[in-house]
Amino acid sequence: MDTESTYSGYSYYSGRSRGSHRHGERSRDRHKPRSKDSRSEKSVTINTPPAEPLLGDSAVRGEQVQDDNWGETTTAVTGTSEHSLSQEDIVRITKDLEDSVGLDCRRYFTLTLAVILGLLVFLTPLAFLVLPHLLWPEKLQSCGTACEGLFISVAFKLLILLLAVWALFFRSPRAGLPRVFVFRALLSVLVLLFVVSYWLFYGVRILDSQDENYQGIVQYAVSLVDALLFIHYLAIVLLELRQLQPCFSVCVTRSTDGEMRHYNLGQLSVQRAALAVLEHYYCDFSVHNPALLSASKSRAAKHLAGLKVYNVDGEFPAAPAEGPGNNAAAGLAHSQSRAMIAAAARRRDSSHNELYYEDAEHERRVRKRKARLVVAVEEAFTHIKRLQEEEQKKAPGDVMDPREAAQAIFPSMARALQKYLRTTKQQHCHSMESIQQHLAFCITNNMTPKAFLESYLTPGPTLQYSRDHWMARQWTLVSEASVTSGLRDGSIFLLKCVDFSLVVTTKSIPYIQMSEEFIDPKSHKFVLRLQSETSV
Amino acid sequence: MSNLYGDAMSYVPGQPIAAVVERVQIHKLQERNNLILGFSIGGGIDQDPGQNPFSENKSDKGIYVTRISPGGPADKAGLMMGDKIMQVNGYDMTMVTHDQARKKLTKKNEAVVRLLVTRKSLEEAVKQSMGVAPNCNTATRHY
Repeated sequence: MDTESTYSGYSYYSGRSRGSHRHGERSRDRHKPRSKDSRSEKSVTINTPPAEPLLGDSAVRGEQVQDDNWGETTTAVTGTSEHSLSQEDIVRITKDLEDSVGLDCRRYFTLTLAVILGLLVFLTPLAFLVLPHLLWPEKLQSCGTACEGLFISVAFKLLILLLAVWALFFRSPRAGLPRVFVFRALLSVLVLLFVVSYWLFYGVRILDSQDENYQGIVQYAVSLVDALLFIHYLAIVLLELRQLQPCFSVCVTRSTDGEMRHYNLGQLSVQRAALAVLEHYYCDFSVHNPALLSASKSRAAKHLAGLKVYNVDGEFPAAPAEGPGNNAAAGLAHSQSRAMIAAAARRRDSSHNELYYEDAEHERRVRKRKARLVVAVEEAFTHIKRLQEEEQKKAPGDVMDPREAAQAIFPSMARALQKYLRTTKQQHCHSMESIQQHLAFCITNNMTPKAFLESYLTPGPTLQYSRDHWMARQWTLVSEASVTSGLRDGSIFLLKCVDFSLVVTTKSIPYIQMSEEFIDPKSHKFVLRLQSETSV
Repeated sequence: MSNLYGDAMSYVPGQPIAAVVERVQIHKLQERNNLILGFSIGGGIDQDPGQNPFSENKSDKGIYVTRISPGGPADKAGLMMGDKIMQVNGYDMTMVTHDQARKKLTKKNEAVVRLLVTRKSLEEAVKQSMGVAPNCNTATRHY
């Protein structure tokens, strides 16, 4: 696999290994006539990747051939064009297209429904007040003082209702959920029924009979607005207040590296709980780094490849049969897998030794590189000095703004930073542009070298990185219980995205029975513990 | 001389105590203008019984002999460290305060104090001698 490394335009990892193996690769290809032609062709040309690697070619060329983890970061590509995409990317793109179109339709539909309902609700009281004047103005009693007072009340209550609805409902949607939001649907149905029933009553008892008592009509309109305010109160309680008090403790585990967090949630439906978990995911979980999992995957592959089971005495000719791959009866497969497990248990496996020494070596390497990096950055920061106000006026020639200052000191620390990022397998999360931007930002805000380095020494939460490094955009909720049903103790659901999934388990916070005990402050009394000895 | 009263030296509050006691007679010694007996006592119902190193039952609030000055009158009379004083000149010492015990022992007008003390080794000695007693002839012969 090492010698057949190929380079594509789309893989981030290959940038570095390009340089170090350029010469070696050419010679190897000459000695391997049987390697596939198209691939060997491509391996000689140098493609420019669209996303810039950590450094330009100049620094890479200066590197030693012995680079530490070149084996893990070379990639093979399946396509044959210059800008080839991997299979995963294609799947991702098509999914994005489909789902964005579907979601938009639904969002516009609900938006129009909401607007219609809102207009209906606001115009109804006004209609109740205005229609008698339009339809039977002569018969109508004139509006006395009390009646005009009610006009003011209607106006202000409508204003308050408008502000309240704006505060509660006019927010850009945070997410698109798979099923309809049950409480909102119930509330809109309730409001609709309510308004329709008021209209029915108005139509039958007032419009048809052409009632002259205008004050009664105004009071009717006021009662409508009051009831609408009460429905809004119900909406606040159902939508906002009910889930504030924590009832459940959910444990969220990422399936690839086992990172685990615990959150407290109130009484929510499964889909809203999933939404809350995902919002916390972006803020709390460190960014998903698939490069860190390659070591365990290679170990697993070695385990599998270690044993082969052959069926020597049986109906079938001796053919390598590995578990479910063959067409033997289920019992035969069972016995074969059991034989494999027994053989694996008996075999003296020394892979744990390798792991131990590898880990120790890696730890040492990381610490060494970190030390070099810290020293290089501190030294780089001493090369620039901030100009004070007075000095700025009588400025000497070479005054720079933060971006230029960052560009000036960046090359002295670039190599150490690049080596460190490669050792900790983070080099694909940071591009050169982003590092220089961060450096300019730190210089502008008077941050120390240590503050500049913190974001590279520890992997931060997913939100801190740019969107294309998230590896987590499209989520699928997998749940046995219906997603609009409420969370219960012991409910488990999965949030899948392309590369990994989040497993969420729920436990309810127990009912606490507390009793009281009264202690009188005067009851705190003490005696000395004596043991005297008297000589007689 | 030993008086035989009963068996174990256990202490149950409210119940009469049965114990094997030894009668010790101490003649007070005149030292400057004090009459001293030559030992120290500890314990009492107003003291903390848990800190008594000599008692078997740590809730026993009796008076114990904590120190014997070597060569003093108590030492010559055969009093031993760790003895529990049950009576002094007929006054009971099992339910007294520390100060009351001191006063009973240091009365200026008495030259002699007769103590009844008990210790663990007394019980065992009595048990052994009870085992020999029914067969008198053999006991005398063993002398």
